[in-house]
Amino acid sequence: MSSDTRSMSGDTLQEPATKPADDPAELKVVPTRHYARWAAGVAVIVLVAQFAHGLATNPVWEWNVFRDYVFSETIVQAVWVTLQLTAYATVLGFLLGTVLAFMRMSRSPVLSTVAWAYVWIFRSIPMIVQLVFWFNLSALYKELGVGIPFGPVFWSVDSNSLIGTIGAAIIGLTLHQAAYAAEIVRGGVLSVDHGQLEAAAALGIPRLRQIRRIVLPQAMRAILPTAGNEIIGLLKGTSVVYVMSIGELFYQVQVIYGRNGRVIPLLLVATAWYVVLTSLLSVAQYYVERRYARGADRTPPPTPLQRVRQRFVTKENS
Amino acid sequence: MSAVMVDVHGVHKSFGPLEVLRGVDLSVRAGEVTVILGPSGSGKSTLLRTINHLEKVNRGWVSIDGELIGYRRSGNKLHELKEKDVLKQRTNIGFVFQNFNLFPHLTVLENLVEAPVSALRRPRKEAEDTARRLLELVGLADKADAYPRQLSGGQQQRVAIARALALEPKVLLFDEPTSALDPELVGEVLDVIKDLASTGTTMIVVTHEIGFAREVADTVVFMDGGVVVEQGPPAAVLDHPRQERTRAFLSKVL
Repeated sequence: MSSDTRSMSGDTLQEPATKPADDPAELKVVPTRHYARWAAGVAVIVLVAQFAHGLATNPVWEWNVFRDYVFSETIVQAVWVTLQLTAYATVLGFLLGTVLAFMRMSRSPVLSTVAWAYVWIFRSIPMIVQLVFWFNLSALYKELGVGIPFGPVFWSVDSNSLIGTIGAAIIGLTLHQAAYAAEIVRGGVLSVDHGQLEAAAALGIPRLRQIRRIVLPQAMRAILPTAGNEIIGLLKGTSVVYVMSIGELFYQVQVIYGRNGRVIPLLLVATAWYVVLTSLLSVAQYYVERRYARGADRTPPPTPLQRVRQRFVTKENS
Repeated sequence: MSAVMVDVHGVHKSFGPLEVLRGVDLSVRAGEVTVILGPSGSGKSTLLRTINHLEKVNRGWVSIDGELIGYRRSGNKLHELKEKDVLKQRTNIGFVFQNFNLFPHLTVLENLVEAPVSALRRPRKEAEDTARRLLELVGLADKADAYPRQLSGGQQQRVAIARALALEPKVLLFDEPTSALDPELVGEVLDVIKDLASTGTTMIVVTHEIGFAREVADTVVFMDGGVVVEQGPPAAVLDHPRQERTRAFLSKVL
């Protein structure tokens, strides 16, 4: 190694290719060549191409079956059910989670202990176990009623007629989600500088307004990336409610391939939809995060769309 | 002589085993500027924070314009006020923090409008007009729509002063308002405070700027070890201190 270097520097000394320039502007920079990186790149491209080729040509994928089913009425309806489950569980889960987070941070030992216990229990029970529990709610409580605690009941209703299967699924998903949401929201609130609350208190801003206007919008910056993860997880997690025979995407796909035996293309249908929905959520997350980043940067970075537009504009100009 | 605006009486404050204030008495007359000096750890910031009840006192009381802060007295008992009522009392007390504590997600104008609208229930339009007038007063009329992080430290602190003024408080408290600033930005903030002093605003300023104290203060208070060691007109306290501790401190900072 060292002898190599010496002989090379000797070469340049003996016959300089060009006279060394005195003006630094004339000195050309030669970038390092990354041969190993290029080789790895080529290898990976070959592998990806093989896989794509297989996807397109292997008859097992049965793309014609995929085409027949991907926009079929049953599947589109199932996608709609999946979206509804996700939306309800997200909204209700994060609402309950926010309440739990503030209970946990409250100065009342009762509230904070109850919130802590809730999170502990619901994070400990697998979602699928919980769902089956809710599905069998009527075995647990035949009737649900309103009255004086431990006293007379004024109004009651059969629990199965109040909570249908979908209702049970939404409750199960919500309660599960709330436990995680509580911790995410709490983490976000803790990330807000204490001085912000002091300033709000010193200005006499009412307590609820402090939380809504000052704390939560700033906490959102820390909440959103993890919440995005959670919502995407939830979207795919809704597939476990197939155990309750609810017509969401994964359940319907199973029903169809149970009937016609075309397992692979129908799994592809489900995959495609999950990927599309997740991608839409990711894009939405990007823009929501951007909105809550207001004031965080001196000059906000351009959106991908703006960036593309900028590139075209500069190209046209040059 | 004008009436007493701020009255601090026998205030004690401990953080766990650490006794930070050990019986502080202080009275500030309306329209006067009081500057509190003292080494770090002497309790000056804590004293300031007990005045607007950001810190609860362990003993003693604070009153502003004759109104007890944080408590309601009936007979020989002090009843703690609900948070809602303490918040209402604080709208009479402007507080300027060392680290500005502007709300970074709100524009400058929104920072100024927030408390008058939500705490005093002022109409938004009226609050915005006041806010713009105050921004002009601190020389930042053109920054109304900027976000705090787009401003220099000195500009941020001037916005924070305007924000405190937007509530038209009876007294303004400054907690080391220039300590977080680059040296060349200190002047612009002190100038704003000087202007306010000349308009007869009652102010208590905790600072390390001796020159500012000499120029602006009606009363200089020197604190050390959780008590007021010495107080009086700046010429007396700064040039002819009677207490050895005051002399020792001044010899270090002058």
